[in-house]
Amino acid sequence: MAGTNQIQTLSVEASTEHLAKVRDFVAAHAESIGLSQKDISEIRLAVDEAYTNIIKHAYKNSPTEKVSIEIGSDAKKLWISLMDEGKSFDPNTYSEPDLMQRIKEKKRGGMGVYLIKKVMDQVQYNRTGKTNEIRMVKKL
Amino acid sequence: MKNFSIATRQNENVSILDISGELDAHTASHLENALKSLIDEESYAIIVNCSGLDYIASAGLGVFMAYIEDVRSLGGDIKLTNMNDRVYNVFDLLGFPTLYDILEDEREALQSFDN
Repeated sequence: MAGTNQIQTLSVEASTEHLAKVRDFVAAHAESIGLSQKDISEIRLAVDEAYTNIIKHAYKNSPTEKVSIEIGSDAKKLWISLMDEGKSFDPNTYSEPDLMQRIKEKKRGGMGVYLIKKVMDQVQYNRTGKTNEIRMVKKL
Repeated sequence: MKNFSIATRQNENVSILDISGELDAHTASHLENALKSLIDEESYAIIVNCSGLDYIASAGLGVFMAYIEDVRSLGGDIKLTNMNDRVYNVFDLLGFPTLYDILEDEREALQSFDN
């Protein structure tokens, strides 16, 4: 809805058990503002990849840690932020995955950030004090 | 697992995995175990029928990446069929269509194993 500015938040434990809930949370917001099925699918994928990376890399699979997720939108954009207090991610260490190479080396990770960048228009990493934030923006 | 299910069928010497629901970092181990069992049983001609698959994240793609080399080196293949557009789009974003046999339907995949 043009001119509205809605923000919703969700706090979840860092466990893959909650992936479906996290995807449904952002999809519900995207649906409520009338986004297309394609956009909704892409937003579900972006939040899934960001949350999975936090579980695996920031918190190294310790399921009692917490992740805060915020989604908001206005007439021009939709944004999603995920916040954690784990190990921070250095975006400078990231390189675009070469699928053939990864298959040969039997590496299966490292594709999440690439997918996020493909489906969202803007991705930023911030660290304030102990808190890491990944903020992803989709233009509407 | 509530939001993902998998079943195995046999068509002569080809094993077919019917997967449905959502394939993510939580459910990927389910697919991984099914693929491992087939390989342990020396079934290397594998079709993964994705007609019931509503969603895939990179953790799901990772399972296909982990086993394709082994299966091919043993003379088999993992062919993927019946994907909806949203699921295909994720495979496509990572360049899978150039390295994997992704086919419209199961019949086509069975025929390509025959040849």
